Amino acid sequence: MSGIPHDHYEPKSDGQKWLHKRLPVVGLLYDTLMLPTPKNLNWMWIWGIVLTFTLALQIITGIVLVMHYVPHVDMAFASVEHIMRDVNGGHMIRYFHMNGASLFFVAVYAHIFRGLYYGSYKAPREVTWIIGMLIYLLMMGTAFMGYVLPWGQMSFHGTAVITGLFGAIPFVGESIQTWLLGASAVGQPALNRFFSLHYLMPFIIAGLVIVHIWAFHTTGNNNPTGVEVRRTSKEEAERDTLPFWPYFVIKDLFALAIVLVVFMAVVGFMPNYLGHPDNYIEANALVTPAHIVPEWYFLPFYAILRAFTAEVWVVQLADFVTFGIVDAKFFGVLAMFGAIAVMALAPWLDTSSVRSGRYRPMFKWWFGLLVVDFFVLMWVGARPAEFPYDVISLIASTYWFAYFLVILPLLGIIEKPMTPPTTIEDDFNAHYGKKDGTADAVATPAE
Amino acid sequence: MLKKLALTTAVALGLSAGGALAAGGSDAKIENYAFSFEGLTGSFDQNQLQRGLQVYTEICAACHGLKYVSFRNLSDDGGPALPEDQVFAYAEEYEVFDAAIDDFRSATPADKFPASALANAPDLSLMAKARAGFHGPAGTGISQLINGMGGPEYIASLLAGYTGEEKEEAGTILYENTAFPGGWISMAPPLYGDDVEFADEDASTELEDIAQDVSAFLMWTAEPKMMARKQAGLTGLIFLSVLSVLLYLTNKRLWAAAKGKKSA
Repeated sequence: MSGIPHDHYEPKSDGQKWLHKRLPVVGLLYDTLMLPTPKNLNWMWIWGIVLTFTLALQIITGIVLVMHYVPHVDMAFASVEHIMRDVNGGHMIRYFHMNGASLFFVAVYAHIFRGLYYGSYKAPREVTWIIGMLIYLLMMGTAFMGYVLPWGQMSFHGTAVITGLFGAIPFVGESIQTWLLGASAVGQPALNRFFSLHYLMPFIIAGLVIVHIWAFHTTGNNNPTGVEVRRTSKEEAERDTLPFWPYFVIKDLFALAIVLVVFMAVVGFMPNYLGHPDNYIEANALVTPAHIVPEWYFLPFYAILRAFTAEVWVVQLADFVTFGIVDAKFFGVLAMFGAIAVMALAPWLDTSSVRSGRYRPMFKWWFGLLVVDFFVLMWVGARPAEFPYDVISLIASTYWFAYFLVILPLLGIIEKPMTPPTTIEDDFNAHYGKKDGTADAVATPAE
Repeated sequence: MLKKLALTTAVALGLSAGGALAAGGSDAKIENYAFSFEGLTGSFDQNQLQRGLQVYTEICAACHGLKYVSFRNLSDDGGPALPEDQVFAYAEEYEVFDAAIDDFRSATPADKFPASALANAPDLSLMAKARAGFHGPAGTGISQLINGMGGPEYIASLLAGYTGEEKEEAGTILYENTAFPGGWISMAPPLYGDDVEFADEDASTELEDIAQDVSAFLMWTAEPKMMARKQAGLTGLIFLSVLSVLLYLTNKRLWAAAKGKKSA
């Protein structure tokens, strides 16, 4: 499967040979687990395991929650309280699931920004990147629909706002909104279908995760140098890599355990910190919360949505040019989805010949600014749409687009990158102070 | 390396305090009362919960309800822990509608507290989680990492926050309150101090003290499993920390040869 030369599974016993001829499943697992992995991967390469774990956690806790949850407008809120109060261990399961969503997004943002910094999206890994973006989109949809299920005030009015975005699409918007909600307003049909889809989508994500892994197992992992593993011979490849098992499995599990310490502290001692208090009030169509705020992981894009008001000249221009079809509301929706689209297009917007940001002196600064920009957007996304937050969010939103549409393409032309090491082995040895030529780099695990 | 990992999580957790990002912080004055259930090992004060139950029963229950709380929960460990006969006796004082006999009957521990008697009096079961007392700084909610969300603090501050000023607006009398967003609340001051007589004569009946008692009780009604949760959290933390150390040592030893270091 992998393009990097390595040992493959050899069935030994008669039983193994019998099965291997009929279904090479052991070989598939072996090749997946023994994948040659660049040995210089740093600690930002651990989020994949965290994400896989979180997906499993969410599916398992979710399946248990569904056993007790009632998707009915009159009973949903009470059934969640039933889980919190009467179901054995229900309060922990629900808090794990609720905060699991946050863990999922912490990990996915770390994972995405890792990819953006080390150029993991660049050829030949564009397909991995695009599938990753699809997973991210599905995650957002799943998280949004899951947030509706407790049927609290923020669930209800958040749904009204978010589905209202689709209502902003010219001509067909209202029909789409009605189609999404199954009615003209948020109610029983919406709750039922969101419940159904919230249960379905994680399994689609799981399928895409397999494709995501398949894709990068074909191209091989990227690594902090961005230099490819040598593939001319197995010996050379082995000097650049170590097998995924046990080296990276143990390393990733260690990192996962550390992440889970933090997660456990949040679940055990401040499980509602990342949620919104208003969602402990049952949904009431007649009372709108003073401020409708989405969950933290949506805030950066929510800020972009709100940034482009009718006062912004770009919006006015778009409105004028399209004879009013693209009004401020629709422009905001386009900007929000566009913010994710430009990220997905990064492989084709980045013109630099050097893959890793480590060897790009100018890129480093612009990238750092993008990370800061992301947190600024997150912050203003939760603030009221008034001065000075409107100005800040407009500037921050502009930078988001400028980074992908202007800076990435231009940097490749004007920047003078440094020279990356020739091989991964060189980088690894330089880091650990080993002299060149020590061929025992192909290590055997300590006994 | 590891620093980066720790930093990422810390930053993500700190800056992304979404719920805490309750937009539009008001100038409301929330007193940061010290409650016994705060902190990693803090637990509900059983006597305080029982006093709070009494304040709730004699005063709040006239208008408000606790429709998600069962009477039987009053005997739960870690909660008010009333003896079972007292729970029976307490439940009997309430009338509930029983659809099976199509009539009212006196409640049993299996029943839930009645819902609010007044349409505009919100149910109090979850009130301590439905309000955040602290929002700062700059609406990031990071202060909640230290102070907690401030739900019970908000309730106690509200109960003790009446200034005595009143005004009439569109036929309703509004009362000035320093903790309420906007400053004017339609609930008449429910507590003045010395509103209840506790069995324990040493217990203070000062306004701020009974306000804290009932707030603690409402924190319990909102999060009856808080003690179990903290215990699970602590156990989980200890086990995961041990696991982390073991995996760290395993990892170090595993990689030692590859990194050209002597194995431990």
